Amino acid sequence: MNSIRIYVPNDATAIACGADRVARALSEALAARGIAADIVRNGSRGLFWLEPLVEVETPAGRVGYGPVKASDVPSLLESGLLEGQPHALCVGLVEEIPYLKKQTRLTFARCGIIDPLSLDDYKAHGGYRGLAKAAEIGPAATVEEVFQSGLRGRGGAGFPTGIKWRTVAATPADQKYIVCNADEGDSGTFADRLIMEADPFCLIEGMTIAGLAVGATKGYVYCRSEYPLSLDVMNKAIEIARRAGLLGDNVMGSGYAFDMEMRMGAGAYVCGEETALLESLEGKRGVVRAKPPLPAIKGLFQRPTVINNLISLATVPVILDKGGAFYRDFGMGRSRGTMPIQLAGNIRFGGLFETAFGISLGELVNEIGGGTASGRPVKAVQAGGPLGAYMPVSQFDTPFDYEAFAAKDALIGHGGIVVFDDTVDMAHMARFAMEFCAHESCGKCTPCRIGSTRGKETLDKIMAGERREANLAILTDLCQTMKLGSLCALGGFTPYPVMSALTHFPEDFGAAPKLPMAAE
Amino acid sequence: MHASGYEPWSAERAAQIIADHQHMAGAAMPILHAIQEAFGFVPDTVVPMIAETLNLSRAEVHGVVTFYHDFRREPPGRHVIKLCAAEACQSVGARALTAYAEDKLGLEMGETSPDGRVTLEPIYCLGLCACAPAGMVNGRLVGRLDTDAIDEIAAEASR
Repeated sequence: MNSIRIYVPNDATAIACGADRVARALSEALAARGIAADIVRNGSRGLFWLEPLVEVETPAGRVGYGPVKASDVPSLLESGLLEGQPHALCVGLVEEIPYLKKQTRLTFARCGIIDPLSLDDYKAHGGYRGLAKAAEIGPAATVEEVFQSGLRGRGGAGFPTGIKWRTVAATPADQKYIVCNADEGDSGTFADRLIMEADPFCLIEGMTIAGLAVGATKGYVYCRSEYPLSLDVMNKAIEIARRAGLLGDNVMGSGYAFDMEMRMGAGAYVCGEETALLESLEGKRGVVRAKPPLPAIKGLFQRPTVINNLISLATVPVILDKGGAFYRDFGMGRSRGTMPIQLAGNIRFGGLFETAFGISLGELVNEIGGGTASGRPVKAVQAGGPLGAYMPVSQFDTPFDYEAFAAKDALIGHGGIVVFDDTVDMAHMARFAMEFCAHESCGKCTPCRIGSTRGKETLDKIMAGERREANLAILTDLCQTMKLGSLCALGGFTPYPVMSALTHFPEDFGAAPKLPMAAE
Repeated sequence: MHASGYEPWSAERAAQIIADHQHMAGAAMPILHAIQEAFGFVPDTVVPMIAETLNLSRAEVHGVVTFYHDFRREPPGRHVIKLCAAEACQSVGARALTAYAEDKLGLEMGETSPDGRVTLEPIYCLGLCACAPAGMVNGRLVGRLDTDAIDEIAAEASR
């Protein structure tokens, strides 16, 4: 069995850049030449500037070529693609690419390496060892292991996962639920998508462990409708897991029952907020609930519910497999473990970079990301999605850490970093933040529902030069009201991008530039 | 995903779809998605049918339909072009590209051509932020868009 194996990624980025056409061209060209080869549709490694990244198995390891177009296939085959020979698109041994080699891949260890829907591949790369461990040590010790790992919510709020689990475990009920928040709506993020498309069993295993730990027998993954491929891969993986006895009445022969299903969102950003998500799962408008009661006590259908971000749940298997202490030893301060940082927007090397907390923003953008794609100077980055602050280059020494970002009125959120070059107009971006909030507000809190519309109008006046000082004062006051008077992060955090843009780039709002005035 | 592939409205078929999903916990969303997948939109006439089956008021079901951006109350064009309007796409020129597409198609964002041929609308993030600007054309994901790609998409939508 020494047939040639070629890998062509099957994730949304690769497909959006033509991977299906490449796979078809390869298979036709190989057939025409009478060469027998397996074309494996793996997930992406997350080195998105190289997609579609075609890899071929060689005795030395997997050799990559990218970004490949269908029209490159004949020349690749002639140059000796099948033996991993040089070509203008050859990137050498994939594992040796510095971008990948510098990472600490714990949650994303298998992404891009395995066939996402092969249970054998998953198990051969450490899959289901975490669940076996959890079944062996039992629910209480499993919760404790997660607590000891220091894992915090990867959706942005950073709440300790172990405490949520303890609360649900300690709350008696006839039915408990595990809900996975896969409503990854932040622009500049794709970590959830990558797990679902490249390593779906990792999420299934993580949710199963959570179910076992807190006594929940049913799980839901709330996935956004903008991710059709993720939904498809997950549905297939769940079916495979069920047939293999890894979901159902007696999971892996452990005596514990757990099953799960996918649910699709419908284009509402606010449903990424946990209580709005629960309302939506119940079949209602995605309107935010007041807390308390906490979802851990009264969550989905009023039952105790663990609602965690997808990355939190997908990190649980490695924590159980290698131990909470192993995971806790990565990171800095109160930010333990690793974070999948997503480099996006106007950046040369866009992709997913999983690393221990503590790396500086500047290193991420300039050294790892290679600066802007346009080649122009970086002006600002938006960290943490549409509700995150715009950070200027002068803050690039900030370490990637929940508390260090918070100290600068910024947030790491779900780990997205969107880079902008010097052509960006920050007043436009501030206006967009208000416009987006107005578009997505669930309507529950007045400061968010009305304030975002008034904020957009006020910014229009400022940009038109109308009573600038007075309107800037109104905008600042309005932001303060939204911040203090909104139940959730949509209204509460929209002021971050607005105020950070204004604070760091006043010249874009027509205010006096920070430059010294030349003598006239 | 192609509009011409949608079924013509049938109350019987709608009733069947509702019956197929009514056992699900929180069935309203899966039902609405299935209705839209079959007919291309959620006709007003289906609202009382869902309300009756799920023992909800019409207002509650109407409220759900109108809350979510995905649910359409009118049929879309035969071709649906969605261009991402979020920050990462904006950082690499999505605003200018959108203006180009609007000009090319003679439509503004959110409009359907009067002949029912094409719908152009914004979408907020497809998770393709490292190969932006991105979009979705008749359900197909497209990345690294430029004016040439928009020309091709417009040509596809002229058929």
